[in-house]
Amino acid sequence: MITENLPILLVVIPLLAAPLCVLLRQPTLVWGFATLVSWMVFAISIQLLILVLQDGTISYAIGDWAPPWGIEYRIDPASAFMQLVVAGIGAVSMVFAAKSVPHEIPERRIYLFYTMYLLCLTGLLGIVVTGDAFNLFVFLEISSLSSYVLISLGHDRRALTAAFQYLIMGTLGATFILIGVGLLYMVTGTLNIADLSGRLPEPAPRTSLVAFAFLTVGTSLKLALFPLHLWLPNAYTFAPSMVTAFLAATATKVSVYILLRFFFTVFGVDVAFFDLPVGDILLPLAIVAVFAASTVAIFQENVKRLLAYSSVAQIGYMILGISFATVNGLTAGIVHIFNHALIKGGLFMALGSVFLRLGTTQIDAMAGLGRQMPLTMAAFVAGGLSLVGIPLTSGFISKWYLVTGALEKGWWLVAILVVLGSLLAVIYVWRVIEAAYFRPAPAGAAQVKEAPLAMLAATWVLIGANLYFGIDSTLTVGTASRAAEVLLGLEI
Amino acid sequence: MELVQGLYNYWIAMILMMAGFYVVISRGNLIKKIVGLNIFQTSVFLLYISMGAVEGGTAPILEEGLTRFSNPLPHVLILTAIVVGVATTALGLALIVRINEAYGTVEEEEIHAQDEPA
Amino acid sequence: MRHHHVLHVIAKLLLPFVLLFALYVQFHGDFGPGGGFQAGVIFAAGFILYTIVFGLENARKVAPMPAVRVLVAAGLLLYAGTGVAGVLLGGHYLNYSVLAGTPVAGQHLGIMVIEFGVGVTVAAVMITIFFCFAGREK
Repeated sequence: MITENLPILLVVIPLLAAPLCVLLRQPTLVWGFATLVSWMVFAISIQLLILVLQDGTISYAIGDWAPPWGIEYRIDPASAFMQLVVAGIGAVSMVFAAKSVPHEIPERRIYLFYTMYLLCLTGLLGIVVTGDAFNLFVFLEISSLSSYVLISLGHDRRALTAAFQYLIMGTLGATFILIGVGLLYMVTGTLNIADLSGRLPEPAPRTSLVAFAFLTVGTSLKLALFPLHLWLPNAYTFAPSMVTAFLAATATKVSVYILLRFFFTVFGVDVAFFDLPVGDILLPLAIVAVFAASTVAIFQENVKRLLAYSSVAQIGYMILGISFATVNGLTAGIVHIFNHALIKGGLFMALGSVFLRLGTTQIDAMAGLGRQMPLTMAAFVAGGLSLVGIPLTSGFISKWYLVTGALEKGWWLVAILVVLGSLLAVIYVWRVIEAAYFRPAPAGAAQVKEAPLAMLAATWVLIGANLYFGIDSTLTVGTASRAAEVLLGLEI
Repeated sequence: MELVQGLYNYWIAMILMMAGFYVVISRGNLIKKIVGLNIFQTSVFLLYISMGAVEGGTAPILEEGLTRFSNPLPHVLILTAIVVGVATTALGLALIVRINEAYGTVEEEEIHAQDEPA
Repeated sequence: MRHHHVLHVIAKLLLPFVLLFALYVQFHGDFGPGGGFQAGVIFAAGFILYTIVFGLENARKVAPMPAVRVLVAAGLLLYAGTGVAGVLLGGHYLNYSVLAGTPVAGQHLGIMVIEFGVGVTVAAVMITIFFCFAGREK
């Protein structure tokens, strides 16, 4: 009974836990409960991944209404991989939250904070496992609304304006997706994603092309594709540390997943990339994203903002991989979703520890920190190297497949640009390393201690995983390439 | 004529959509932005509801002699979307209240001006 | 609003009907148009009318914030809990057919409970939102 119902338990457990947090109220109790729930969800997600890799796609009919009439939850290799990323980052973030959240959130709001976090987790997991286009919109809004609240809880008043800006842009994006889904329903009379793909008429009528346009723009807004990324830097900079780590590692990645679903499962690679010039639009945008955002990142004084811009650049790499529309390109995109979640999660957690001790993340304040917080800064260095894509880190694996994908297509210039983009990453990562290790601590600055154990552990779990998957990439690349094959329709 | 009369519901939805979108982009007042966002969302509700209408169709209730029904599904979907819209509006307004308390204004330019020196 | 006797009397007269109508929309929802969302909003509208006429202080006595907050959570728990009950009784999530002896009775019971959960949460959320905004005046 349990195994059969795993897909729904993945979503319902955090959903049920959220109101229970409201009833519990006591901060430590709520934290313990939310952590327990997050780890349970993580365990379920591992189980689901194993099941999917063994037996293939899982379909779950809500209320026993047979799809396509009822809402179907459908987990194929791509969604199994994504739900593992989201649940895993969620579980580790909760450990990190133990010390970080009481420091940054007023005590009387802590239970609401975790309620929102659990709702956000519900939404993100729901997006990934649902097989129904409208259900996807609802989960998208659940996760978005809760993330606006989470961001607005940052200590700076600019968190409020950042959350508001994100609310406006996020709602526009989600409403665009809603329009797209509505138009698709108009053409086909179905909302089931698997069913949609079979029922879209060929050649695509004007309505479904308009739907395609709305869906693409809406999702691009949510995933912060350059030049629709304007909400992201402020939101990440001013959100509480745990929220930044969690959202940076999951929210935009899940939006990339939505894009993959609509492009490849609903419309199919032929419509999206051969009838329409989507690849020709995404490719330059992705490359501009990498270069523009990396360049801006170099000039940031706040390390959190620096990493936020670097996120925009990294999203560029993912979209670049997708725009190839080949197995290797998609594998690179999907594997980079996973690797980047680990890297950015770890980096933002390390920064969260710095913020806990210093009360700021300005680059100048971090001078000499390498000696005072050796473990935290070592984690930052390891994460930074992975961001650059040094061999033996997971970032290298993503770049490797990306370059392979580009060369396979004969796009030498793109391959060179990917490598050049990495060099820009070297510069901004180096700026932080230089400050932390090669500059003396500013005169009169207070001595700070190493970060608390829980935060260090969470940071190093992500950074360690990141190094591990840089050496042994069978799990990540294996799953990602299967997901890519399923998306491209090569394997049923 | 067919293009205008036959598809008038889409024209209305589209005009409202663009009007709302324009308000969101062009106004600096945060409350006006929320108003624009609401108009934008409402236009999508209209799009959905008019798409479910069947000419001569009645409400989908089983009754003797009624054979043509409007499609109820878009209505149900939009009920959910309206709730989402309400939640978004409430959250947006709540943020505006907090912003007003923190900055003493709800004009975007004045807020930016206050943040610049900091 | 303390001296507006007409408003006071009319509001008091209207209130029972507003709340009753909300309950009608709620529980008649499986025979005619209605349901939890609409009913919850109408129910909350009754409270909001009361608050506007009699003031926030009095309204808070009728609906204390902790109680409303519990209702927000309780409605959602009722909803999701009914779904989980379907799982425990051997069906899939939100399968009402297994909730009672026959599938028809089960569907009937299920939709009633679910919509009641929705109604409670929507009403409580609307009241909370209104109280939060109304209580922020300085």
